Amino acid sequence: MAYSEKLLEHYENPRNVGTLDKDDPSVGTGLVGAPACGDVMRLQIKVSPEGVIEDARFKTFGCGSAIASSSLATEWIKGKSIDEAASIKNSQIAEELSLPPVKIHCSVLAEDAIKSAIEDYKAKRAARLALDASPAEAPVAVTAASL
Amino acid sequence: MALKFPIYMDNHATTPLDKRVLEAMLPYFTQDFGNAASRTHAYGWHAEAAVEDSRETIADYIGAESGKEIVFTSGATESDNLAIKGVAEYYKGKGNHIITTTIEHKAVLDSCKRLEKEGYTVTYVNAGADGLVNPADIEAAITDKTILVSVMLANNEVGTIQPIGEIGAITRKRGVLFHCDAVQGFGKTPFDVRSMNVDLASLTAHKIYGPKGVGALYVRRSKPRVRLVAQMDGGGHERGNRSGTLNVPGIVGFAKAVSIFKQDGVAEAERIRGLRDRLHNAINKELDSVFLNGHPEKRLPGNLNLSFSFVEGEGLMMAIKDVAVSSGSACTSASLEPSYVLRSMGLDEELAHSSIRFGLGRFNTEEEVDYVAELVIGKVKRLRELSPLYEMHQQGIDIKSIQWAAH
Repeated sequence: MAYSEKLLEHYENPRNVGTLDKDDPSVGTGLVGAPACGDVMRLQIKVSPEGVIEDARFKTFGCGSAIASSSLATEWIKGKSIDEAASIKNSQIAEELSLPPVKIHCSVLAEDAIKSAIEDYKAKRAARLALDASPAEAPVAVTAASL
Repeated sequence: MALKFPIYMDNHATTPLDKRVLEAMLPYFTQDFGNAASRTHAYGWHAEAAVEDSRETIADYIGAESGKEIVFTSGATESDNLAIKGVAEYYKGKGNHIITTTIEHKAVLDSCKRLEKEGYTVTYVNAGADGLVNPADIEAAITDKTILVSVMLANNEVGTIQPIGEIGAITRKRGVLFHCDAVQGFGKTPFDVRSMNVDLASLTAHKIYGPKGVGALYVRRSKPRVRLVAQMDGGGHERGNRSGTLNVPGIVGFAKAVSIFKQDGVAEAERIRGLRDRLHNAINKELDSVFLNGHPEKRLPGNLNLSFSFVEGEGLMMAIKDVAVSSGSACTSASLEPSYVLRSMGLDEELAHSSIRFGLGRFNTEEEVDYVAELVIGKVKRLRELSPLYEMHQQGIDIKSIQWAAH
């Protein structure tokens, strides 16, 4: 299969590889995919009080296209507001990396990872606000992303 | 000697032509180019003599009674099709049941699927976790309607060598014909149609350093005499079993490739086994969570099928592009399904996605093995640094305990 230079470049030199502290209230974690399907992406964002993504990190189990898609996703969302980041479409990722048709699902997964990280961040914030309002009834959110 | 890239370690897919084979073939393109079916002149006679010599060489190597039992074909796929469909059609008055295994090559499985559409019944026997077929499972599947059992000599993905002699003893006792797809194993592990009671055997030249486009089907002529319905109609070549002008240079090359195995095959297998073990040991020394797929001992000398946990196969192949290998990962197939062989052996899908098949052969060197080992070790470590699953593993999280969303 022939891959684009951009894809290979992201695969060879992935940006923003790593792990953020998932217990940090300003961090949102998205974990999407499944080992049995051959790809798992974990994308994390660190959001400023103003709602801007200050940092993003990823780790991906998957093919070259999945690794490149998640690397590109972290690059694109850094410095964006969470609403801007949430509007990124898989088709933009697929186009940027010239993904072949059988690899489109990798870009879908990257979009899902961004959305999932943002949702996790929002859920944590909502839980914290609720906690501040009524300390006795702290909701406990257990999701795959909390692992 | 300088290494030549990419290093070829995909000898189950095909092998390079041995130069000695090429030399044997060359005269049959330009000088002795005759049609082996031409009876009226020396060009035809020369071609026919070369074909008959080749037939004897191949027959002798697999323990056949005579060259008359060798039907030349275009390759293994055609041999498998001819054996299975040809027997099924000829013996349909006797029965309509065929037994094969879930880990056969697609040429066998899809021939059986075609027959199912035509009203035949097929039993697909599972292999064990080590890739071995249990002869008792074959015996248990035999009914009074069974006409044919088809089991491969060695699996093309995991290299597991099947107990062909034991299965042959059962089919002979029960009066059922036995076809063996011997393509991957022949030359590399003992194969003898007489002592193993094999009635039909598929062979191909390009897996043994011969040319592509030529293969053979061994068809037993006595005790029992096996009959086929030809699947290709025409001039009645190959005793009516396979019409079509014979590929004389290919057949000559096939026989030359066989004669090299006859002379050096045993020593070569030992050398290749040594290289394979060297690669395996080097990888095992440096990496944890690497699993061998297939049987640890009953396997082809050149086969090393490993699952590198927490790393996806295609991602790894991209990282080790200096070496030509293949993977059971879904991402390398058009269907996006991981290897049906690994899955039917009961391997976790995650491990099926993480599998790489190294196929070592005649022209691999120790220097190449050392280079590949170092490359693989380095890249697996790097990709594990990128893998969220490896991080969880290191934190002691059981990946199977997580509710993954299928996609």
